Order: sequence, then C-alpha cells, then structure tokens
Amino acid sequence: MVAAYAQAFALVFDPYVLTVIFCSALFGLFVGCVPGLTATMATALLVPITFFMPPVPAIAAIVTATAMAIFSGDIPGALLRIPGTPASAAYTDEAYAMTKKGQAEVALGAGLVFSAIGGLFGTAVMITSAPALAEIALKFSDYEYFWMVVLGLAGAVFIGNASILKASMSLLLGLLVACIGLDNPAGYPRFDMGITELKGGVSLIPMMVGMFAVSEILRFVVHMEPPLKLATEKIGNVFKGMWGLLVKYPWPLVRGSALGTVIGIQPGSGADMAAWMSYAMAKKFSKEPEKFGTGHVEGIVEAGAANNSALAGAWIPALVFGIPGDSITAIAIGVLYLKGLNPGPTLFINNPQNIYAIFLVFILANLIMLPLGWLTIKAAKNVLRLPRNILMPTILLFCIVGSFAINNTVFGVLLTLVFGVLAFVLEENGFPVAPAILGVVLGQMMEENFIKSMIKSDGDVTAFVTRPIAGFLAVSTFIILFWPVGAWLWRRYFSRRNMPITG
Amino acid sequence: MRFNDAVLGAVFLALSIAVLVTIQAFPKIPGQSIGPGAFPGLIAVILAGCSLALIWRGFRNKTPLVAMGAWLSSPRHVQNFLIAVGGLVFYVVAADSLGFLPCGAIILAALFLTLRVRPALAIPLALVLPVVIHLIFYKLLRVPLPWGVLPVLW
Repeated sequence: MVAAYAQAFALVFDPYVLTVIFCSALFGLFVGCVPGLTATMATALLVPITFFMPPVPAIAAIVTATAMAIFSGDIPGALLRIPGTPASAAYTDEAYAMTKKGQAEVALGAGLVFSAIGGLFGTAVMITSAPALAEIALKFSDYEYFWMVVLGLAGAVFIGNASILKASMSLLLGLLVACIGLDNPAGYPRFDMGITELKGGVSLIPMMVGMFAVSEILRFVVHMEPPLKLATEKIGNVFKGMWGLLVKYPWPLVRGSALGTVIGIQPGSGADMAAWMSYAMAKKFSKEPEKFGTGHVEGIVEAGAANNSALAGAWIPALVFGIPGDSITAIAIGVLYLKGLNPGPTLFINNPQNIYAIFLVFILANLIMLPLGWLTIKAAKNVLRLPRNILMPTILLFCIVGSFAINNTVFGVLLTLVFGVLAFVLEENGFPVAPAILGVVLGQMMEENFIKSMIKSDGDVTAFVTRPIAGFLAVSTFIILFWPVGAWLWRRYFSRRNMPITG
Repeated sequence: MRFNDAVLGAVFLALSIAVLVTIQAFPKIPGQSIGPGAFPGLIAVILAGCSLALIWRGFRNKTPLVAMGAWLSSPRHVQNFLIAVGGLVFYVVAADSLGFLPCGAIILAALFLTLRVRPALAIPLALVLPVVIHLIFYKLLRVPLPWGVLPVLW
C-alpha cells in the first residue's frame, strides 16, 4: 500500500498534472461564478478536453473543476441573489440577506472555508470506506450487481423534488437509449434506424454535452429575467471571524458534512439535494431558528459544508461499484471507461495507485480552494460583469467542437443537438434530466447482469433473491420502491379518518 | 412550453409501442428464453404503464393541451431560440463543405446579434473567437476540424 501511495504521489505531483489541476480549478471557479453555468456543465465541457489526457490528469480535472464550481456558486448567490450552481440555491436568500446587512464577507468566507472543510470530510470518508467496500464488492456476483444497479436507479428516481412518475419515465428513456447499438449480450444491432454511427451506440460525450450544456444555453437565450445587479461592491476580508464561526458551530459543520457525504453516496442525489436537506436540518436543530432567512450564517455553515462533502461522497459508489452517485460522477464514469479504467472493485486491486491518486487530488483540490477561492471572491465583481450574451454563444461553439472531437464526425454534433433540445423540452415539462443520464450510463451494466443472471438461473427468478447479499439488496430496493406508495396510502387513510365532515 | 401530461404520456406511449413492435423482428436465440429483445421489451412495457398513468393524470388535471411559456409569446426570444438551434443544424449540414472557421463565424455572429451584442463588438469577436478555438483544438488537441472552402492555413 505504501508503494502504491508513493506511486500515486508521483502521478499527482507531476508538473503536467499540477498544471491541469490549476487550470481546471480556475475554470471551475469561473463556471461556478457565472449564473446559468452549472458544475455539471463544467464537467460536460471538460470531458472533450480530458479525452486527450492520460487517466489521472483527466479525472483530476473533473474532480478539481467540480469542487471549485460548487463553492463558487455561492458567490453570485450572495451578491446577486442568483445561485451560480443549483447546489447553492438552498441558502442563496440567506447569503443575500447577509450581504444586504453588510456582511457579504462573512457569507462568502463561510461558504469558502466550510466548503473546503466539508470537502475534506467527504474525502476522508471516501479514503477510509472505499477500499473496505471494495473488499465486499469483490464477493458480488451478477445477482448482487443487478440489485446494486436497480437500487441506484431507484434512488435516482425517488430522491429528488421532481414527480416520481416523471423521474421514472426519464430513467426508462435513458435505459432505452442505452439499448441502442451493438453493445448488448447478444451482439445484435438494435434500434440503429439504419444509421451506421448508431451501431456503436449513442456516444456518451456528445449526449452529455447536449443535455447539460446546450440545454442550459437554450434556457439562457429564452430567459426573460431583467439584467443582473450587484448588491454590493465592497467585500472585506473573507477569512476574518472564520475561526470564531468554527468554534461556535462545530456541530452544524459535522452534521452538514456527514449528511452531505451520505446524500452524495446515495445514487442519483448530489450536492444540491445535500444542501437543501442540511439547510433544513440546520434550522431544525438550531438554537435560534427564528433567525434563519434573515441573514444568519449558521445555515450557510452547514449547507455549504454539505454540498462539497456530497461531491466526494458521490465518488464512493462510482469507484467501488461503477454506480454514479450524481450526474457529475455519471459523466466521470463515462470518462473512466473511455480511459480503460473500468470502475469497480478490481480497480482497487489492479491499479490502486490510480485510486490513491484520485484521493490525493481531492485533498489537493479542497486545499487550493482556499487561496484560489479568495482570489475569485476578489475578482467576483469583474467576473459577474462579464456579458453573458457573449459568453453563451462562445460556449455553444465549444460544445460543437467538443462533440465533434470524440469521433471526428458531425454526427456527434447532431447527437448534441438532439439531446440538447430533448433535455430542454423535458425540463420545461418537469422531467428531471439526471435520471436519464444515470439510465444511459447504467443501462448496459444492468442488462448484462440481468441477462447473465437469468441464463445462469435458467430463467428462475427466485435466484435473484436467494443469495444473502442479493436478498438484502432486493429488500432494500423494494423498501425504497414502495416507501412513497406506502406513505401515500398511510396519509390518505389518516387524512380520510381525521377529515372534518363538511357538506 | 408546457404540454398537458396527457400529450406527453401519449408521446411516451407511442415510443414504447414502437420499441415493442421493433423487437418482434429481433432474432431469438435457440434454446434460450431470452434474446436481444428481452431487456428493451421489459423497459418498454414499464414505460407504457407509466405513460398510461401520466395520460390519466393529464386528463384529471384539465390543464390546456399546450401552455405557451412566456418566452413563446415574445418574438425576440423565439428568434433567439431558433437561431441557437438553427446554428447547430447549420453546422451539421454545412461544416464539411464550408469548413469550421466560416461556419463558426456565421453562427457566432448570428447569435451575438440576436442577443443584442453591439455590432461593433459582435463582428470582430465572431471573426476572432473561431480562430482561437480552432487553434486550441486543431493544433493542441489535434482534432481534425474541417477546413472546407479555406486552404489549410496552419
């Protein structure tokens, strides 16, 4: 293990990798700071470039850029009352209220410092738990993997704000997209509509660029909001008073980091959900809940830590089982496969240095977040003044080049267009996009394990539940699946009984 | 643009039926109960069920079949949308013959102008930015972006 860590150090502390980390940090800070550009979009835009890198810098770029973007989404939240990324939305009003009270530096400082601590907390959990989980995962057979995938997908559908029905349909659509092409156990070309390029399946990268970048650009060009206005020009020393906050709010910090990590691990729910839930939790357990919403820093401490720890948490199932914890890791898993580093427990045995390198990158990213984030806050005024009507068309051109670059055909651009418009229409109608991406990424794995299990058991469905771990996973899945139905029936039953009789 | 749930349900239902029809033509593997059609078939059946539930919900909600979003009644925003989508279509159609640089410049110029960037700024930017992006991807990352009508310049 020591030798592997030494190798990992050599992999990460290499001038090329460090340059990549530095550049993607700046990129992530910038993207997060511009409202309308999300951390997921940062990843989608990075992927075509990482395509040309060796595996470690490629993953380092994604890890660094997303960690930075999640923090820097707090900046426009505090200054413009517009969250830079959805992960900051939970406490945007709070941060803005603080800015109005003249405490912009406290809101931003708390966002920065506690983001870094939350991120390090999530990383620590990842470093300690992932190798142990990989040991367990080694014992998994097709049945267990099948249930793991189903469990992950069920989580994607049931944890979120969207309608469960629509989230399920979005997921099923993703699974159908995953069926396109030759890559199935039978090796039979399915649903290719006679298009040669579709024989190899729908390329993941153009699809993601479409769903996460082009759809955002479309949303921007039709947005009707009035131009943005800065609430303050003056930001003091952001690190002042942070030690005091740390001493005053140790529990919210630990609670936020822990909850965030758990939410991150749960497939399908990422940083934004973590922030919403910990903000609610902070209010519930606070000694002064009446201050929430009026410019009180406690919720920012807890939720700011939570969204960054969720980011690290999401990588745990991604690395150990190949099951993404959120849409960012869904994209990252696609990159890992392209690089021949198929995620899963064997990665921990065959290439431990790569896993340790990812751990190191996480630590490094959360540490350089402090100085670079400080600089970004200093420069925020100017970044926020950047005209978005120049930025968005330029990003569109990047999308075109990026989707072309994967296979060097304009077919990639066509895919980007189709999936961009599709994601735009789906989101306008209340269908969440993240389950679809999880469906596409996991579809092949799910089908393979399903078919192999069916063949092994000779069509006997009971084999799916008779192995102990498989049975346990099956039960967990069904609890998640039937929880909302049960809760709904329960509420209905009781509201009927307690309903006052009228008319 | 918000459609009534029944309309969306019908679209999804049509998709699942199309999948179910397509898989009938897939070959069966002799001696085995499951072939290439099994998994998509299973998904399509579940999707059809969900679609029916959505159609039912749509009928109960009694919202209009299509509710135009605010942006659809503003010609300027519709134009923005059409130019953004049209730009991508234009690239797919014209890139190989016209080349990346002219296509990129045209798309950027059109989008800048419709998004109300001052022409004095929009035109120079539309000419320079594609060159910058081309240099990054063509020289640094060696992506063979099409030259089209232009000779190979670098």
